[in-house]
Amino acid sequence: METIAVEKEVGKKTQTLSGAEAVILSLIEEQTEFIFGYPGGAIMPIYDALYGYTEQVQHVLTRHEQGAIHAAQGYARVTNRPGVVFATSGPGATNLITGLADAKIDSTPLVCITGQVPFSLLGTDAFQETDVISLSMPVTKWNFQVTKPEDIPGAIAKAFYIATSGRPGPVLIDITKDAQFADMEYSYKKCTGFRSYIPKPPVDIEKIKQAAELINAAKRPYILFGQGVILSEAEEELATFVEKTGIPAAWTIMGLSAMPTDHPLNVGMLGMHGNYGPNKLTNECDVLIAVGMRFDDRVTGNLSRYAKQAKVVHLEIDPAEIDKNVQTDVAVLGDAKESLRLLAEHCNTNEHSAWLDRFKEYSKIEYDKVIRQELQPEKEGLSMGEVIRRINELTDGDAVVVTDVGQHQMVTCRYAHFKKTKSNITSGGLGTMGFCLPAALGAKLGAKQREVIAVIGDGGFQMTLQELGTIFQTQAAVKIVILNNQFLGMVRQWQQMFFDKRYSSTELINPDFVAIARGFGIEAATVKERNNLDGAVNTMFDHDGPYLLEVMVEKEDNVFPMVPSGASVDEIRLE
Amino acid sequence: MKQIFTIVIFTENKIGLLNRVTSLFTQRHINIESLTTSESEYTGIHRFTVVIHELEDKTFKIVKQIEKQVEVIKAFCFKDDETCYSEIALYKLRLDELSDMKELNQVLEANEAIIKEELGEFLIIEKTGHKEATHQLFEDLKPFGLHGFVRSGRVSLSKTYSTFSQHLQDLETHSKEIITVN
Repeated sequence: METIAVEKEVGKKTQTLSGAEAVILSLIEEQTEFIFGYPGGAIMPIYDALYGYTEQVQHVLTRHEQGAIHAAQGYARVTNRPGVVFATSGPGATNLITGLADAKIDSTPLVCITGQVPFSLLGTDAFQETDVISLSMPVTKWNFQVTKPEDIPGAIAKAFYIATSGRPGPVLIDITKDAQFADMEYSYKKCTGFRSYIPKPPVDIEKIKQAAELINAAKRPYILFGQGVILSEAEEELATFVEKTGIPAAWTIMGLSAMPTDHPLNVGMLGMHGNYGPNKLTNECDVLIAVGMRFDDRVTGNLSRYAKQAKVVHLEIDPAEIDKNVQTDVAVLGDAKESLRLLAEHCNTNEHSAWLDRFKEYSKIEYDKVIRQELQPEKEGLSMGEVIRRINELTDGDAVVVTDVGQHQMVTCRYAHFKKTKSNITSGGLGTMGFCLPAALGAKLGAKQREVIAVIGDGGFQMTLQELGTIFQTQAAVKIVILNNQFLGMVRQWQQMFFDKRYSSTELINPDFVAIARGFGIEAATVKERNNLDGAVNTMFDHDGPYLLEVMVEKEDNVFPMVPSGASVDEIRLE
Repeated sequence: MKQIFTIVIFTENKIGLLNRVTSLFTQRHINIESLTTSESEYTGIHRFTVVIHELEDKTFKIVKQIEKQVEVIKAFCFKDDETCYSEIALYKLRLDELSDMKELNQVLEANEAIIKEELGEFLIIEKTGHKEATHQLFEDLKPFGLHGFVRSGRVSLSKTYSTFSQHLQDLETHSKEIITVN
């Protein structure tokens, strides 16, 4: 019979508690600051236990379980600590699925706890019973059903360990109601490892040497870095490696802010709406050094014509990512921090100015053909890019920028400049509309001293706008910017480019967003004219507390450059 | 070119882990030809034997995904010539439909099958071997009037020395988080 082995420390006192109280104490042992959640029948004992610990841990009552899990993601992404979520059984649990999938694909550490019907009712189609273990299996790194109170501390310890170690990810623990009520002897021991799981493969020094040899001999080496750098807190090691070797480096969307935007060797963003040079020159480099990134199809475009000329070095913690999409010549398994440190030691000091100039040439072309238009438009209507750039300038690039999914997301990733790490929070892999508003709330709670700006499209805002209620209740000073083009803009752009302008179900007749915000007790304004933009943005930042600014932008602007779906990265289009 | 692969997975004994592993096949639209699970020679460790008909590249990738699951200890994959493998099949015949026992015995002998059990009205025949052989007997028994047929999943052992026991030993020595600074 399976159990979670609970190692009891010799001599450590135990105390008799309910399983529900054990949940709360275990979370406190793991330094949980916030629990994002929503109560319901099957998790009521846990909520009852929580009532006695409100000074140690703060519960954030969201307005929907999806809001809770996205808020936990925002918190996790800005702190590199696990986000904790509570939900009840049945619909409470199923409402977590989108967030779990999002966190899984973007490697975000979460510990989700769901209540479950009593053990005796499992499998009887009881009220609010759903098999959340099976449902969440493909979208969790690990999950476990607890039916005995004595398994609670061990399961939670294991959950935190798995969520945060190696390649992080979401875990879910489902606890039957009878196990929450029943008494147990409580003691807590943190999990530090178990047999079947090797979170950090040891770095093989021979691989480092082979990689260094390729890099030292390279004429046109090129670094691509992703979120792995942020997750392993390897920002300094990356900077040292890049600066020592003089190699141009481009970031993926998830890697944004891992080094400052204006670093002389940061050449910009990869991918479908990335920068011109970084995409084009992928197919001209001779050694490609991928760090903590997974060659997503939005980055690679057509794989059969992706960097075929290059030797590929892949620094990666997850063995399953090696050779998954791009065949590597040297795979360095391990934590990015350690791998980068060792690699920098073994690489020669170098510079590649002629090669770097190629990026600058492409950058100029992109500026002339795309960026100037976007930042200084001749049209009357505001462009998304100019709005983002102004907000960015007025916050001196210090803010945490949270985005939703679509055109505004691509524009923000392209035009926001970052100075500090963990400043870009977006749904990268899953592309979850509705992510932004709750994620921004979580981010603000995790980084109270920082300005947190939620940039959202008018479509995505309406997917989770109920979280304005949570923002009002917590008074988290999130600055919400709706870029309103009255369209599902990215889908409309594709319809324009690839579906003969057949705008099937993409035009939105929107409600009055300012009235909605005010209805939730949040101050709000709308701005249409360029002349009023700075004033409106300053008013937003000067306001003490949360604020919503609706910015009316051009209805039918497109995001360029663009690597069309199925095209090669060097077929990137500027118009 | 697609071919038969036998994937052998050593896992901790956990509820739902089989579901987690099989969903990886579903996600990639890979049909599982056969599946057998049992406790392995190591106490508390289970062995899954999964047979698929797939491309080599796709197979290697799914093996990595399987191994990535935190409670999977190790996964291996083999081509048919790298393992010794077998299946078991049972066949049910009605005694009152058997006019010629002599002919039946000849068929059983030719197929290296045995009569496992004689029940009141039925005869249960057992045959172990590769799928082709158990299928051949199925065809041969059809004229006698088959009233039941079942074939197990493949069981398989590699022809070479298993590296798993060493791997397990290493894991147990280093079950704590390992950070090697060379």
